[in-house]
Amino acid sequence: MRTLSHFFYRQRTLTLLLMLTPPLLWFGVVYLGSLFNLLIQSVWVFDDMSMSVITEFTNTNFANLLTPANLDILTRTLAMACAVTLGCVLLGFPMAYYMAHFAGPAEKGFFYVAVMLPMWASFIVKAYAWTVLLAQGGVIYWLLNAMGLQFALQAVLALPVVGGDTLATSNLGRFVVFTYIWLPFMVLPIQAAIERVPVTLLLASGDLGARPFQTFRRVLWPLAFPGVVAGSIFTFSLTLGDYIIAQLVGPPGLYIGNMVYTLQGTIGNIPMAAAFTCVPIVLITLYLSLARRLGAFHAY
Amino acid sequence: MRTEHRGLRFFAYTGLAFLHLPLLFIALYAFNEADSNVNFPITGLSLRWFARALELSEIHEAVYLSISVAAMATAIAMLLGTLTATAMNRERLPGKDALATLLILPIALPGIVTGIALLASFQMLDVNPGFWTIVVGHATFCVVIVHNNVSARLQRMPSRLWEASMDLGADTLTTLRYIIVPQLGSALLAGGILAFALSVDELIVTTFTSGSDKTLPIWLMGQLGRPREAAITNVVALFMMIVTMPLILLAWHLTRERNTTGR
Repeated sequence: MRTLSHFFYRQRTLTLLLMLTPPLLWFGVVYLGSLFNLLIQSVWVFDDMSMSVITEFTNTNFANLLTPANLDILTRTLAMACAVTLGCVLLGFPMAYYMAHFAGPAEKGFFYVAVMLPMWASFIVKAYAWTVLLAQGGVIYWLLNAMGLQFALQAVLALPVVGGDTLATSNLGRFVVFTYIWLPFMVLPIQAAIERVPVTLLLASGDLGARPFQTFRRVLWPLAFPGVVAGSIFTFSLTLGDYIIAQLVGPPGLYIGNMVYTLQGTIGNIPMAAAFTCVPIVLITLYLSLARRLGAFHAY
Repeated sequence: MRTEHRGLRFFAYTGLAFLHLPLLFIALYAFNEADSNVNFPITGLSLRWFARALELSEIHEAVYLSISVAAMATAIAMLLGTLTATAMNRERLPGKDALATLLILPIALPGIVTGIALLASFQMLDVNPGFWTIVVGHATFCVVIVHNNVSARLQRMPSRLWEASMDLGADTLTTLRYIIVPQLGSALLAGGILAFALSVDELIVTTFTSGSDKTLPIWLMGQLGRPREAAITNVVALFMMIVTMPLILLAWHLTRERNTTGR
């Protein structure tokens, strides 16, 4: 045993190779292999008659992505992903700022745990909770009635795009659920980024005559920005790939995720599902390389 | 400055309330007397849905499957994650950046991508979906969690620590036992716990890799389409929160010590 350990210590390259083989097999073969297989299938033919995949090259799957109905799906998903990211920044930034600069040590710990627990709580439980909350006769309707605010809700629901028949079938409802579920993923990276901004820097900015907004705009925001980008990777990517919330809350109209799920499930049209999957893969790869340039990976 | 601070504090605490109230409501509804999850205010409290949930064998099976999948995925993740973290802790490693990117992908790409990719490959290789296909899907993102935890600890751990140990005459095994394991142990444990919790909660990849098997989140998802026995759904939802919450707190506690004793 000891001789063996000495041997490994001296043969560093060999040890490294032995260490990396299992994870490389896993990630290289199982994970990347599957991804590659998926990408390949996106240019294969799906025969509607026999309901089977034919290994012949075609670009019809990608051409199909550009039909009006499918473009609708893409823009709908993308618009929601952007809106949710924006919503999470607007809500998350002040929380992160308070956490990083104003909370005392104990309060900071409390905040950290209080943001982390809902973040790690089961996704399906959180989504389910909102179907309960948003339902007619549920808590939110009850609360609005008790405060005499039904008319305000009706006015909001009457708005185009945002509104709908009820909260549970409106884009507003869906937006709230998405924002709720991904908010902690935005708060923590921003908090980590702001944590590194010395308070003295902000004070100096004020002393030099900057108004609070100018300090925010010129000092705090640029320094916290990598954290915002890091958080947005999650909010953007997770919304882009979701098909559960889109199914449970909000108006009819599919998302990329629903399309992928339906195509592979009932018909078994993996090639078309793969073509749809390419959209988030390409978008997120671009986003990641952009984020790398913006320094998001140094935010931790 | 003063008023800004107060406004910000109010906002921050409202944000926290926003994050917690929905979960608290589900916890409350689990004790609802009526078989409904909608009507508010609730009319009475009862424990009868807990008793009913305990009787259902499909819940037992789902819990058993979820826990065994999570245990297996965590074991694989702890092994592979430690290996990647240790290997990547070296200063020079060919393809380090590529490897780092590869290790972000399973959590940066949406679960649906991993799910459909694995499904397409399982189908092509004629693998029947079941326990092992779920494990493969889960282990893939669990490795990333363990890797992140272990490599964060390794980065904070000065290499002179084990160099000193070796200089003082300890051999590799002794150094491993007295220096590296105690230093890494809690990070590895925390990573394992988080991986386990993540696996128990995972839904999206699982829907693609599980075939007809039902993990607890899949059972819960199927339950949402059924209006009957909503009350049991609440109980199971509460159960899931109660199972993972202490795990998360424990993992947090284990990694937090690093900040106080590490300096």
